[in-house]
Amino acid sequence: MTSEQINKTEKMNGARMFLECLRKEGVDKIFGYPGGVILHIYDELYNCDYIKHYLVRHEQAAVHAAEGYARVTGKPGVVLVTSGPGACNTVTGIANAYYDSYPLVVFAGQVDSKLIGNDAFQEADIVGMTRTCCKHNYLVKNISDLPRVIKEAFHIAKTGRPGPVVVSLPKDVLTMKTDFEYPEKVNLPGYNPTYEGHPIQCRRALKLLCEAQRPVIISGGGVIHSDSYKEIRELAKKLNIPVATTLMGIGTYPQGDELSLGMLGMHGNYWANLAVSNCDVLFAVGTRFNDRITGCLKRFCKDAKVIHVDIDPCSISKNVSVDIPIVGDAKNVLHVMLNEFNTGKYQYDIDIRRLWVKQIDSWKEKRAIRAVENGIMSPQTVIEHIYEKTKDKDAIIATEVGQHQMWTAQLYKFNQPGRLITSGGLGTMGFGFPAAIGAQIAAPDKLVFNIAGDGSIQMNIQEFMTCVDYKIPVKIAVINNGYLGMVRQWQEKLFDKHYSQTHISSPDYVKLAEAYGVLGIRVTKEEDIDNALDKAISFDGPVIIDFIVEPFEMVYPWVLAGKPLNEVILSNNENGTEE
Amino acid sequence: MKHTISVLVKNEAGILSSVCDLFSSRGYNIESLTVASTIDSVFSRITIVTNGDDVVIEQICKQLNRLINTIKVVELPKSADKCIDRELILCKVTAKDDARSEILRIAEIFGAKIIDVTPDIYTLEYSGDNRQVMALISLLRPIGIKEIVRSGMVAITRENQFINLHK
Repeated sequence: MTSEQINKTEKMNGARMFLECLRKEGVDKIFGYPGGVILHIYDELYNCDYIKHYLVRHEQAAVHAAEGYARVTGKPGVVLVTSGPGACNTVTGIANAYYDSYPLVVFAGQVDSKLIGNDAFQEADIVGMTRTCCKHNYLVKNISDLPRVIKEAFHIAKTGRPGPVVVSLPKDVLTMKTDFEYPEKVNLPGYNPTYEGHPIQCRRALKLLCEAQRPVIISGGGVIHSDSYKEIRELAKKLNIPVATTLMGIGTYPQGDELSLGMLGMHGNYWANLAVSNCDVLFAVGTRFNDRITGCLKRFCKDAKVIHVDIDPCSISKNVSVDIPIVGDAKNVLHVMLNEFNTGKYQYDIDIRRLWVKQIDSWKEKRAIRAVENGIMSPQTVIEHIYEKTKDKDAIIATEVGQHQMWTAQLYKFNQPGRLITSGGLGTMGFGFPAAIGAQIAAPDKLVFNIAGDGSIQMNIQEFMTCVDYKIPVKIAVINNGYLGMVRQWQEKLFDKHYSQTHISSPDYVKLAEAYGVLGIRVTKEEDIDNALDKAISFDGPVIIDFIVEPFEMVYPWVLAGKPLNEVILSNNENGTEE
Repeated sequence: MKHTISVLVKNEAGILSSVCDLFSSRGYNIESLTVASTIDSVFSRITIVTNGDDVVIEQICKQLNRLINTIKVVELPKSADKCIDRELILCKVTAKDDARSEILRIAEIFGAKIIDVTPDIYTLEYSGDNRQVMALISLLRPIGIKEIVRSGMVAITRENQFINLHK
């Protein structure tokens, strides 16, 4: 039945109404897993031709896949799970999307509303559990609230600083019947995100940037959310200001550009960290100054004036005290600044800028040195080859969390936003594979890689079957070093090489691939990397490549946790002396 | 430093939990918290007394504001000429022999009411600002406070300042 055929006054049950609401929101793909109390919706889905449901193998993967989907499409990812364990399994995924600010709407079944609180079978207080890790959540107690709640959920998820919204749907609400009417507008008096930056603040910021002698821009994930990477590039070029990106902001500024500093932070470029440490004006856009980019907070930019643009007022002056706060959408703020600059009223001294860029260039001579050179295939080499093989294909690269993630961030030269899909804030191992699946579903014609560690890939490896079922041709490159490498790295440096519980074994990934009916390739020698990649890329289906690499390689540069950004370790022989 | 924050919220299920969870998850203190509906039952007023430096208080206000169902968050001014605060206490005091007259005297000075009397116990009702309440408690403590129940502080701005939905 199409929506036109539905008489406005026809009584509709909650399950049908749920699907109609999704249709009104333009949802055509959802990720989920059925179960007892949510069966009425699955029954309606049985004959539903306008929503495609992707059955995952674990609810956590459904949420990560929805986030991958959201990252590529810009639309909220939608998840449908049952109550109790189904709902509980979504929590990590919800927290992940919350930290990285991606829009999701997660619908979880709930026991009959009359049973709530009785410790019924598969009852879990998902609203209570997710309260501090989602943007907002709802327990729908009456069918008459359902359309309004769904409308609000989507609105909240995608506006302002995006984030996940959780809706708990008791079983009886799905069977109640009432008239269906989808609200046109939301009425949320307590929710009014600020989009326009204050013009006076914008002008003050521009003036300060023009007067600066050693300015630096930090471009964060908010630049991707607000789709303002073009504006940030234009501003940097017009004002001749070097740009560092956060992990979440990777791709917002092209890496080959002369003003590009690449990533800053714990494993960021030496020169990016030094530039930020020595700047006199810092222009931070869409970043929340996580400890991974600031290092020791007391020492971070302590002599610099800080301008901070963010749509979330809470992010401003939370970690770093700010001289010019601008609450608003980065795109609008940058537009105002660019327009203002174009009036010609603002001048800066190009020679001083050139000196600054020259000084940064001199720092670029100091680079990280690989820890091990022994002929065994190095993990960095594998990632460099992946980059070379995929750079002209506009590929989407997902990662898990750990050493391979940092090497990907360092070595893969992303030039466009949204091409790196990685778990930044929460640092969720097991995120990459399902997120890559969601990304591939969102962009079926794109090449999607998941660069994984041997630890992380085993956290959601069951999703191979999802790939097979739906013919999702994600390519997985396992950087297999036999260790939880990042933790091992910390143990090597900080815990006297006590490799406590970090040696981790793997199944035979090639045989595993065979068991799942996908292609598995093992690579142990550098000269075989390219062939394997060619084979994987041309293969029409999911592939896992098991790269057996040197176990004791380290991620450098490395600023130890809590140390100031300019105490950078570049090789095994250094302990991080201040520059 | 103590601060009083007045929060106008939409009276929906879970809003009090959201506020409390925010304080616990971010490690802020709650010294007292009161909540009741406003004249419009769609909204409730939460009065929170907390402590922290200016940066922390600013963050608390921003974080409270970020909750979807908070309508307005105002840090109330500290000076008594701009804001009035009151707390209600109910207090059972050991009242034997000489202490009985002493308690009555103290009650009279403070304007507290004796609302229940037994051969051994006086129960006092008193409302006042924080300073007065603490003074009364400190005078009653040596006599012997058996039980005390405090409402937590409520506060309202003076004159033409209103914390309502409509500005």
